[in-house]
Amino acid sequence: MSSTNNVAGSLKNKVAIVGVGESDIGRVPGMSGLGLNAQAARRALDDAGLAVSDIDGVLTAYSFTEPYFMLGSVVCEYLGLKPRYNASMVVGGCSPAVMLKHAAEAIAAGQCHTVLICAGENRATGQSRDEAVNTLLAVGHPYFERPYGGSIPGFYAMIARRHMEEFGTTEEHLAQIAVTTREHALLHPNAHMKKPITVEDVMNSKPIADPLKMLDCCLLSDAGGAFIVTSAERAADLKCKPVWLAGIGEMHTHEHLMCAPSLTEFGTRESGEAAYRMAGISPRDIDLAQLYDCFSIVPLIELEELGFVAKGEGGAYWAEGHARIGGRMPINTHGGMLSHAHAGAAGGLLGIVESVRQLRGGLGPRQVEGAEVALVHNEGGILSSHCTLILTKDKQ
Amino acid sequence: MSDLLPAPIVNPDSAAYWEAAREERLVIRKCNSCSTLHFMPRYMCPACWSTELEWVPASGRGTVHSHSVVRRASAPEFADRVPYVIALIDLEEGPRMMANILGTDALQVRIGDAVDVCFEAREGGQKVPQFRRAEQSEEN
Repeated sequence: MSSTNNVAGSLKNKVAIVGVGESDIGRVPGMSGLGLNAQAARRALDDAGLAVSDIDGVLTAYSFTEPYFMLGSVVCEYLGLKPRYNASMVVGGCSPAVMLKHAAEAIAAGQCHTVLICAGENRATGQSRDEAVNTLLAVGHPYFERPYGGSIPGFYAMIARRHMEEFGTTEEHLAQIAVTTREHALLHPNAHMKKPITVEDVMNSKPIADPLKMLDCCLLSDAGGAFIVTSAERAADLKCKPVWLAGIGEMHTHEHLMCAPSLTEFGTRESGEAAYRMAGISPRDIDLAQLYDCFSIVPLIELEELGFVAKGEGGAYWAEGHARIGGRMPINTHGGMLSHAHAGAAGGLLGIVESVRQLRGGLGPRQVEGAEVALVHNEGGILSSHCTLILTKDKQ
Repeated sequence: MSDLLPAPIVNPDSAAYWEAAREERLVIRKCNSCSTLHFMPRYMCPACWSTELEWVPASGRGTVHSHSVVRRASAPEFADRVPYVIALIDLEEGPRMMANILGTDALQVRIGDAVDVCFEAREGGQKVPQFRRAEQSEEN
């Protein structure tokens, strides 16, 4: 894409995630978006066994329900923090992984020691559904897509349609993704969705933008998530079990769908390759993955683009049950954004939280046996911006 | 007037594009340094950063690269239009753009369909490029 030269710097084993937290999730009336951030941050800090005074960096993303200018400063003000390192980063859904990369860079460069990364919005109760979709429509190009009534589901639907045309992917394949992740969500005590669904339920759910139906689309939740990143040296002194950043890569190819270089190949591939290269591993070494799933087609494409299966085999992987807990490589073990929670940047962030928990172990029926290496892929826009990270149970 | 959708927002990059559309002409940008054609108009060529750009006419013929029938409008002004088709059109000259497929057979659109540009009236005398399936254009 933009360059074939690999960058030399490595962040492998430079930082660890030492605390994770998620807010109450679902419909949580009485909580503001900032409150959800705060609740998640407090839980992450408790989880790490750190003191508030240990945090000297804060990164957050954006909010549609509480769209403050300078959200990073607003979050710090709300939390009563005066960090030496702070920003709000807006790379859509891939903001959480990108924030981890920036935190790792800042820590590795000695600019700060311990960074709180959080995101959260009250998308279920803080706005009506129409308002929510209208705000999201801002992702469509204001001059050349919005005049045509383009919608986020419609844009992803065109990607799905193209994949179906080129590779024979079916609507049933997509439905299997919704069903599998729902099964996983039922094993998570804090998931937004509590009832099982069948392929038939997905196929019969309300049509949104052909071929996508309501149950192919992510949730609108009240949800916040947070995690704490610190240096390898500090991580070694903590009571909690650190989870190590082994590899991380990103790639950005466009923002608006009309400018996407392809509807079947995305920056996911370069992003993943950079992460594998830094970690010194290949897709075979991954025990579980949390793949961004704003729509059912997305984790199917990511599975292919990240090199787990050949192009066109993504649908079969899900349909044959390989993504299930207990399968070849389980995917979205918390239920993902289709069934666990989605609220802006918190959606992808909660995949990082789940990976840390899986690598620590002890999740009961939700636990992936022998989980040592996890991959998280976040994407933003319309598969526009990508960041892949590889987390490990032990230093590699 | 109330039946018409709002006119697109015009900015300095796109003023000439929308002026041409008002006259039922579809135009795209051509770089006179590297000859690359592009759709979304900008200050300089996205391929070589030259500012030696000109507007050139597009034939109006294209192919459907992908499409979706939108069943639930995500903007209130489109609520009365559902179901409607959004599509990515590969213009004969190469650049890709988004538009609606109009016409009585629009919902039957398939990837690879040949389409021809047409123009839809919007508020304030503005027109926007749209597309129809080529077969239907000939019938009409």
